[in-house]
Amino acid sequence: MAEKVIMLGNEAFARGAYEAGCKVSAAYPGTPSTEISEYIVKYDDIYSEWSPNEKVAMEVAIGASISGVRSLASMKHVGLNVASDPLFTVAYSGVNGGLVAIVADDPGLYSSQNEQDTRAVARAAKVPVLEPADSSEAKEFVKFAFELSERYDTPVIVRSTTRLSHSQGMVELNDRIDIEDKPYVRDFAKYVMMPGNAKGRHLVVESREMALIKDGSDFPINRVEYNDTKIGVITSGIPYQYVKEALPEASVLKLGLVNPLPRRLIEEFASKVETLYIVEELDPIIEEQVKSWGIDAIGKEILTVQGEYSANLLRKAINGEKLSLASSAQIPNRPPILCPGCPHRSVFSVLNKLKIHAAGDIGCYTLGAVAPLSVVDTTICMGASISSLHGMEKAKGKDYIKNWVAVIGDSTFMHTGVNSLINMVYNKGTGTVMILDNSTTGMTGHQDHAATGKTLKGEETYAVDIAALCKAIGVNHVYTVNAFDTEKLEKVVKEATYMDEAAVIITKAPCVLLDKTPITKQYRINSENCKKCGMCMKPGCPAITKKENGDIVINDTMCNGCGLCETMCKFGAILPVELR
Amino acid sequence: METKNIMIVGVGGQGTLLTSRILGGLTIHAGYDVKLSEVHGMAQRGGSVVTFVRYGDKVNEPIVEEGQADVLIAFERLEALRYAHFLKKNGVIVVNDQRIDPMPVVIGAAKYPDNIIEELEKNYRVYKVDAIDEAKKLGNSRVFNVIVLGIAAQHMNFTEEDWLTVIENTVPGKTVDINKKAFETGYHLH
Repeated sequence: MAEKVIMLGNEAFARGAYEAGCKVSAAYPGTPSTEISEYIVKYDDIYSEWSPNEKVAMEVAIGASISGVRSLASMKHVGLNVASDPLFTVAYSGVNGGLVAIVADDPGLYSSQNEQDTRAVARAAKVPVLEPADSSEAKEFVKFAFELSERYDTPVIVRSTTRLSHSQGMVELNDRIDIEDKPYVRDFAKYVMMPGNAKGRHLVVESREMALIKDGSDFPINRVEYNDTKIGVITSGIPYQYVKEALPEASVLKLGLVNPLPRRLIEEFASKVETLYIVEELDPIIEEQVKSWGIDAIGKEILTVQGEYSANLLRKAINGEKLSLASSAQIPNRPPILCPGCPHRSVFSVLNKLKIHAAGDIGCYTLGAVAPLSVVDTTICMGASISSLHGMEKAKGKDYIKNWVAVIGDSTFMHTGVNSLINMVYNKGTGTVMILDNSTTGMTGHQDHAATGKTLKGEETYAVDIAALCKAIGVNHVYTVNAFDTEKLEKVVKEATYMDEAAVIITKAPCVLLDKTPITKQYRINSENCKKCGMCMKPGCPAITKKENGDIVINDTMCNGCGLCETMCKFGAILPVELR
Repeated sequence: METKNIMIVGVGGQGTLLTSRILGGLTIHAGYDVKLSEVHGMAQRGGSVVTFVRYGDKVNEPIVEEGQADVLIAFERLEALRYAHFLKKNGVIVVNDQRIDPMPVVIGAAKYPDNIIEELEKNYRVYKVDAIDEAKKLGNSRVFNVIVLGIAAQHMNFTEEDWLTVIENTVPGKTVDINKKAFETGYHLH
């Protein structure tokens, strides 16, 4: 009997790629898809890498596919935007070895800047989408996606959501399929997407869609569960689980193929049930198509396009149940914060003191937007800090941005920030760019990147010298400063923002969670000297709190000994203690 | 068997994931179907985190909803209060009697509620412990969460022996002994 184990959705995706005989995997980390690569790297039969961004990752996978092997790219939903350029065209050229992209949406915005629906992108790109509903299906659907990719000569997207990627469930393990590499044959009309060839391929795409719509009704990944036919529900993915919980008596059409839709199967199901509901998180992608075929159905009239669903939500909306549930007590919320000892806090406390605005970017340092630091004014997408600051300057003039900087992390700078810096210098911008270099991709849980000197496999490799790169781009003033040297940082920020020329300040200090060297000192308050002025609390370190009686204390289970609070205190009331 | 619903809540960085991994491993060891749901990413940075564990003959939904939890394991007082309404009537709360101020309290924009334990005791069966203190007595404050788990174990239907086996198989080799001791401390505390 096959071995059964418990697996995180993302681990099951990785296992699926392994069992399918996948040989190349590329990704850029992003919650909730990150762990797919972190599990894939454990399989020596698969070459796997962190690419600098999702577009590059997708292209690496495309190249591997054209050469004849099964290949995978994985990313979060917003990563697919970055990778959409190659995606939309590889949809035309098709594949040689199977090409699969696992894309994880984030309904409920647990760790994202928007709530977009990957199925809408896939529809526009005319790429088939499969959607599993638990860890077991996560593995099986990836295997089926590779088969489908080769059978229909198309890239295939497997769509996940945060709830699936970060839930664990039972999975039955199978062996890896031994798959021969496909021979590579030069095929000018298929792989060179110049206009004349692409015209021909567009016809191929359209007939492929027709074939999938027709054949899809017989795919084993779609499942009809007839029960009481008073209520019928069309659903897919994680919402299927909520349907089973809330409506155990209903008939259910569980779609595995969500683009293109298996029309015959849906029409047949719809004809057999009295009232048809469509239960899908985020956008009404299934609903709008089904309704356009003249089928009566209820969907977003009663169900939201926002956030995650739940069984209770369906009980209320569909069953009309009045659930008398206790609600949460009115208590202070607990938003995420920068860790005690985080080097970003030190940088932001300097910017806060100088009353400087920051055009922000995507990473832990987004947390510099909230009180008490309140330094970051904008966060749009990866790399946007530098380019949006540049746009501000071009709109309002160089004096307007004298009290502005762009802040971006090292990994995000390698992702797309570097393009923006090239643009700023090329177009004679005078902005100040702060690269907060903590030697890792912090927010997603410490992944290496092109400037850390380590590969995904943990092997030593070349490390991009960020300072030298900025100089090569044409930045004449590149400063490198210890992130905790607030005095020097203050001086350098003043100098850089005053200048009528682009400048880069690289603040260096490793992520405090990454730095495994045991802390040798912590800080304590000397209550005799303490004036209780609260200056030390201005940077918002969670280790420093004020008691009811006004006394300020430093929590010894949290202090990481960074010393930022000591620099804030004018009365010498904060003192280091050496730890043995 | 009716599906059992357990929640583990705390502040990002307190080790909720290790605790849920032990519990998940145990339910499989006992032959149940199980689903766990975790929080990764931004929310982990000192934010409020929650892990759901559901086990039984067949589990569909991976999350626990309001009014459904049998046991709430809380590593911090305020977080116990935040999620208490997920419990069934007379549900069990095991709470580590620790206070970690969230940022709105640190900056004076909100007040940390008084008498949390007393409030919870009005509606639920509450077991509190200063687990960090107990863990320090064992020589490693970091195993506090396994002490809390040990107390919660009294309210789940697994044997002490099964728990210890799974802890041995789950935690890193060097920390097996201290984690087992921590579990036993909690298990025999009340």
